[in-house]
Amino acid sequence: MNTAVLSPAPLAAVRRPKRLRVLPGFGPTMGFTLFYLSLLVLIPISAVFIKSTGHGFGAFWAAATAPRVVASYQLSFGASLLAASINLLFGLILAWCIVRYEFPGKKLVDALIDLPFALPTAVAGIALTALYAGNGWLGKLLEPIGIKVAFKPLGILVALIFIGLPFIVRTVQPVLEDMETELEEAAASLGAHRWQTFRLVVLPTLLPALLTGFALAFARAVGEYGSVIFIAGNLPMVSEITPLMIISKLEQYDYVGATAIATVMLVFSFVLLLAINGLQAWSSKRNGQDGKR
Amino acid sequence: MAGATSLTISAKPASGGRYQSNPATREAPWVRWTLLTLGLAFFALFLIMPLLAVFTEALRKGFQVYFDALVEPDALASIQLTLLAALVSVPLNLVFGVCAAWAIAKHDFRGKQLLITLIDLPFSVSPVVAGLIYVLLFGAQGWFGPWLQEHDWKIIFAVPGIVLATVFVTFPFVARELIPLMQAQGRDEEEAATVLGASGWQTFWYVTLPNVKWGLLYGVILCNARAMGEFGAVSVVSGHIRGQTNTLPLHVEILYNEYQFAAAFAVASLLAILALVTLVLKQFVEWRAHAAVKEAP
Repeated sequence: MNTAVLSPAPLAAVRRPKRLRVLPGFGPTMGFTLFYLSLLVLIPISAVFIKSTGHGFGAFWAAATAPRVVASYQLSFGASLLAASINLLFGLILAWCIVRYEFPGKKLVDALIDLPFALPTAVAGIALTALYAGNGWLGKLLEPIGIKVAFKPLGILVALIFIGLPFIVRTVQPVLEDMETELEEAAASLGAHRWQTFRLVVLPTLLPALLTGFALAFARAVGEYGSVIFIAGNLPMVSEITPLMIISKLEQYDYVGATAIATVMLVFSFVLLLAINGLQAWSSKRNGQDGKR
Repeated sequence: MAGATSLTISAKPASGGRYQSNPATREAPWVRWTLLTLGLAFFALFLIMPLLAVFTEALRKGFQVYFDALVEPDALASIQLTLLAALVSVPLNLVFGVCAAWAIAKHDFRGKQLLITLIDLPFSVSPVVAGLIYVLLFGAQGWFGPWLQEHDWKIIFAVPGIVLATVFVTFPFVARELIPLMQAQGRDEEEAATVLGASGWQTFWYVTLPNVKWGLLYGVILCNARAMGEFGAVSVVSGHIRGQTNTLPLHVEILYNEYQFAAAFAVASLLAILALVTLVLKQFVEWRAHAAVKEAP
């Protein structure tokens, strides 16, 4: 951004005065932004925290660490980590194929990658269940060899892979597209194998984007509800995800329990949000420097 | 969280040929074929098959059952409610997005980064928690519950709650699309217009808006798709009253839980078509935005 349009070249010795506010409308737009944000997001979210402390820390802790709830944390976090890891590998492969190779239908593949963002989660949930149920296209193939997916924890993993897939592809793809080929050329001319070049030159460049995509997919998976509940089976201690625990507490009018679990999830979301922001800052700094060369 | 979707316009065309003609950026054919097979198999398994399953299941019992499921009164009521929720939440979040982007991208103030993070917050909150927060505020046992009951106003288990939850989950879409775009474009053009005597509104309408129209449209398309497809948050506040507080995704759930699979998938196919239309529009906007960048000097 340059201000040369406005200020006639200042003397080098004179420190430029604080930027003048030229554009109008800061007051009303900022006011509305803060009002709308507070009303719809900040005040309602703070209600959860205030409510959760309302019945004393003992009640909060008992509700947040009940065995059935802890089992749901383990399942939600474990399945989400695994799904994000699987997506990390296949998302990278897909992004690589789309950027680096030519194949028929490439444009279509590129456009459909975003399907999980656009397809309502309930639709994804019943479609995956229909596929993996005993009489579904894939269930028919898998059940005879002893792999049951629908109504088992494995089904949760499948649903979480579905909804997390675009995150990795869409964070890695632009970095891969903007990457200069000179580094790879230099590595090759210095005698590196293709795999060495990938591992030592390409992968470090992609790392911030990969981690950002991983964190985004993980965060989304932990909070996911719609696509999971149809395929999960929802057995206590076995296949109940954390968001479902909140719903079942609400259905029993157990507001203390629901609020306690929601507080745990919110704190986790905040931590991940900070981590993602940090990663994105790192990523854009890294890529910005690469671009300036 | 849809943090990864944004209108990014790459300076370079995504042409794989450029890499494959260069020995330094080319893999051995067997590596290339393995990666392509793995990637496309994964893509087919996780994206194409569920999509096909929706349509085959929907038409399993023939067209008659399919159309009957769509024109049944409860289905029509749920379509209406879904349209209403989108019709309220998209314009509200559009106005908010434009205001927030104007304040953030065209002005300097302290705590800007914090504000951007807070605007993103609804993306990182689980949809179920998003619904719960409004139950805690407006539900029978919530802060404003008794007061609302006194005045005979219903928010939770009624239409206003559904609209509120939809507004929450679609909150950041337009803002997060516009903020980086308007920041990247700088302020020179707007400042020039203002110095030449344009009013704030004129500056926005004739200078800023033409520059960001594709990003704006992109945000609106994504916002609309999420508004019509939201399930978790809406499910918590809806109360599932047939014909009254059921949106399309909730109607799918009810039919499915009643083992009316063909009808459930018929209604689901409407939402799948919506998703496909969204992707086509999105592609169109990306293509136009790309063309606009190329035309510019």
